[in-house]
Amino acid sequence: MTVECRFNSIRLAALVVAVLTGAGAALAAMSPAQQAIHDGFAAAAKVKDPAFTQFSIERGRTFFLATHIGGKAATPSCTTCHTADPKKVGSTRANKPIEPMAGSVNPRRYTDAKDVEKWYLRNCSDVVGRECTALEKGDVMVYLLSL
Amino acid sequence: MTTPHHSSLPCLLKSVRAVVLAAPLWATGGVPALADGKNFAPIADPIVAKECGACHMKYPAGLMPAASWSRIVAGLPDHFGENAGVDAATALHMVTYLTANAAVEKPPRGAKGGAKAVVPAATADAPLRITELAWFRKDHGPRRISAAALARKNARSAGDCMACHKDAEKGMFDE
Repeated sequence: MTVECRFNSIRLAALVVAVLTGAGAALAAMSPAQQAIHDGFAAAAKVKDPAFTQFSIERGRTFFLATHIGGKAATPSCTTCHTADPKKVGSTRANKPIEPMAGSVNPRRYTDAKDVEKWYLRNCSDVVGRECTALEKGDVMVYLLSL
Repeated sequence: MTTPHHSSLPCLLKSVRAVVLAAPLWATGGVPALADGKNFAPIADPIVAKECGACHMKYPAGLMPAASWSRIVAGLPDHFGENAGVDAATALHMVTYLTANAAVEKPPRGAKGGAKAVVPAATADAPLRITELAWFRKDHGPRRISAAALARKNARSAGDCMACHKDAEKGMFDE
């Protein structure tokens, strides 16, 4: 290979890497544990909808901030306990503080798969009145980790 | 600056009174497992601390008898209106710890003593709330936990120990 050709190959590789990391920028900040949980949701979402490509921060934000019908009257929204600002400390029904959900403030969020499933199971039942779908769980995850 | 020195006689009298008053309480929900005075061992198990402490104060295990703890853990999926369910292994871990550190029950007549190795079964009539227990009612007369008294301390309920007992989670109820 000539020097010119090699140089162009390197530039091409750099361009490809830049594009790939740019495309994944919103999700790039995940730790390996978070990534594994994310990928688990993605795989489940793909099973349900083969057209699934990636989660949406905007969809997650809408879901998190929404008032839902079908759950308990006392907890119509995620914001009921977590507040409308995931960077803030929330509060349980017994006034116990809940650590922030935002990934930048609390890097331990979404690192323990058992915990994640436990709280999604309980909280979706309370707020939405059913289990959340993998799509909803993933959307909310990427939204919270983007903050 | 010197701190005031508490005379030992009132403390002694309080201890004696506590023991005397405790006698009729044996049959009605156990005697709280007092370490000394009004101090209890706080929750020392990390799993129990994490599960119980996620939503509310970590009530020291010595506040309730074992049968009550068994009933509480068995009923976690509907825990005073909340779903606090855990998997079977975690539930067993929790009930083992809580009953091993529970308020002392009067041993049945003729019992040979000792081991708390057996986890008592949940009984349908075991009190679920600390505030239902006889010793609690003895210590907290109607005036102490009236609506006005609770409001004065910003207490959400009579079960909001920390509103009046700042170090309740550490097991200290001396105030």
